[in-house]
Amino acid sequence: MAFESLSDKLQNIFSGLKKKGKLSEKDVKTALREVKLALLEADVNFKVVKTFIKNVQERATGHEVLESLTPGQQVIKIVNEELVKLMGDSNNELTYNKEGITVVMMVGLQGAGKTTTSAKISGLIKKKGKKPLLVACDIYRPAAIKQLQIVGEQIDVPVFTMGDNHKPVNIAKAGLEYATKNGNDVVIIDTAGRLHIDETMMDELVEIKDSLNPQETLLVVDAMTGQDAVTVAETFNNQIGVDGVILTKLDGDTRGGAAISVRFVTDKPIKFVGMGEKLTDLEPFHPDRMASRILGM
Amino acid sequence: SSFSSIDEEFYEELEETLIVSDLGVDTTLKIIENLKEKVKENKVKDPQDVKQLLMEEIKNLLKIEETEYAFENKKSVILVIGVNGVGKTTTIGKLAHQFKQDKKKVILAAADTFRAAAIDQLIEWANRANVEIIAQQANSDPGAVVYDAVAAAKSRKADILICDTAGRLHNKKNLMEELRKINKIIEREYGEVHKETLLVLDSTTGQNALQQAKQFKEIANITGIVLTKLDGTAKGGIAIAIQSELQVPVKYIGVGEGVEDLQKFDAESFVEALFAKEDEEAESL
Ligand SMILES: Nc1nc2c(ncn2[C@@H]2O[C@H](COP(=O)(O)OP(=O)(O)OP(=O)(O)O)[C@@H](O)[C@H]2O)c(=O)[nH]1
Ligand SMILES: Nc1nc2c(ncn2[C@@H]2O[C@H](COP(=O)(O)OP(=O)(O)OP(=O)(O)O)[C@@H](O)[C@H]2O)c(=O)[nH]1
Ligand SMILES: [K+]
Ligand SMILES: [Mg+2]
Ligand SMILES: [Mg+2]
Repeated sequence: MAFESLSDKLQNIFSGLKKKGKLSEKDVKTALREVKLALLEADVNFKVVKTFIKNVQERATGHEVLESLTPGQQVIKIVNEELVKLMGDSNNELTYNKEGITVVMMVGLQGAGKTTTSAKISGLIKKKGKKPLLVACDIYRPAAIKQLQIVGEQIDVPVFTMGDNHKPVNIAKAGLEYATKNGNDVVIIDTAGRLHIDETMMDELVEIKDSLNPQETLLVVDAMTGQDAVTVAETFNNQIGVDGVILTKLDGDTRGGAAISVRFVTDKPIKFVGMGEKLTDLEPFHPDRMASRILGM
Repeated sequence: SSFSSIDEEFYEELEETLIVSDLGVDTTLKIIENLKEKVKENKVKDPQDVKQLLMEEIKNLLKIEETEYAFENKKSVILVIGVNGVGKTTTIGKLAHQFKQDKKKVILAAADTFRAAAIDQLIEWANRANVEIIAQQANSDPGAVVYDAVAAAKSRKADILICDTAGRLHNKKNLMEELRKINKIIEREYGEVHKETLLVLDSTTGQNALQQAKQFKEIANITGIVLTKLDGTAKGGIAIAIQSELQVPVKYIGVGEGVEDLQKFDAESFVEALFAKEDEEAESL
């Protein structure tokens, strides 16, 4: 990377300060400003950063830092720990209905990776010995249905479609019926991408959700998302209700601060991360790795 | 906003506006430093005037000359590139429609042979815009598609050839090499026409967009940016960071999924929108 790492920067600040003798709270504040900037550079939302730093401040001004021989490392350790704590547990598996068919609904902005991830997830579900069915509810995007059919075929999971002349809620209902008749025990609903501020389109999702009562409504978020991630996640969560998050395109070199923002405003677990375009490129979420990544380490 | 004096708090609020619009820390601090100097130099006293000054500075940075669109009226080939899912194919559909409206002969090249149903998607857009398309089978060599399309553009005397490409992350070496190959084919086979390379960026993207622009610029001579999905709540401020660091202008913006939802970039309204929310909040107080 072109610039100094956060860890180098903090080391420099503290080595300068240490010459003065004991560290003060103000010194730690100076260091936390660097942490703040690093988080902002990693695309963690501005307001989230502010709250986070306030929380960290208390711990970072304690004895463990002020009297440490390596205060820079101490601050990073605390920041890292708090980030991991904020991002929750790893290995948040999908949950299934105890009885009957489990419905999984994919929602999110345009181009986030819903269709690809629907196929990836159905592959995962199939590996568990279950019989998933993909349902094509995107009637808007050109060739969206064809796309789902192709990825379904690639992963050998059946795809239910009714073309693009029916309301998505009716396609979803018919898909569930089809699953009942054909012995599928998990139904994955691919929906069209939409803006969180598009009321008609958001209502469409509410309608599907109300009629199918999905076990898992998963918000698919592009890991490269910037400051707007909080608005998007908050609105989807408030209006539709989200059970988990999937972070896509983490195979890029984005720091992925959106993970923190989304987690912060929804308090819903990040269940999987997308690591590529191949249908096997889906991995469990590891908060500790994500924290290190966001801090650029 | 409600500030009566130019103090640190006032500057911090301006900084916040820029940061939450995705300008990034470096660009924001640079802009605010500059602003502070200008304020001193010009002895500005009123906070409103400072804000105005800031807006003018950003507008000037982003201002685009009409000559940047000259290619629209020349024989041109447009190569559309970018990471996954940003809106490349859709933007091509919209561009094709606009050029067709202007009575130009347009041909599309379906050189994304990789993504599931990418070819079908572009065919649908070609139908909507009522323009011709050159396509091969899925998984065929994208270079071969471009080669065919250039041949077709020559023989049918097309005004504009637009090439769709597969979404690729800028850190994937082999995919970037593939793009270099496509580029070479265009230069070798169609060197006589104007070459426009548009990098498509999703306006919801954060700081990674700068990395994207840098890496794509190493492979291709990017002549402009298309900033998509500005109909959402994201401000697309990363375009400012890119302009300030790489001097690549935004030429078009995407404001929806319809065939008409593409506009030429207007620095004036873009910058107004950056600062709009702040005023709304202030008004609602
Ligand atoms: N590199 C990478 N690309 C991904 C990943 N997930 C999805 N993609 C790509 O991102 C692009 C968009 O994916 P889609 O699955 O079509 O996204 P979508 O949310 O269904 O899009 P809409 O239906 O238009 O809203 C495609 O090019 C995918 O191949 C990922 O984890 N890594
Ligand atoms: N709201 C909105 N949606 C857009 C805009 N431009 C594109 N989209 C949507 O974004 C999604 C992805 O668009 P595509 O054109 O398929 O993107 P792409 O870059 O070609 O994607 P890949 O080929 O998979 O890399 C689709 O659902 C489009 O309808 C825009 O300006 N506004
Ligand atoms: K906007
Ligand atoms: Mg889709
Ligand atoms: Mg495409």
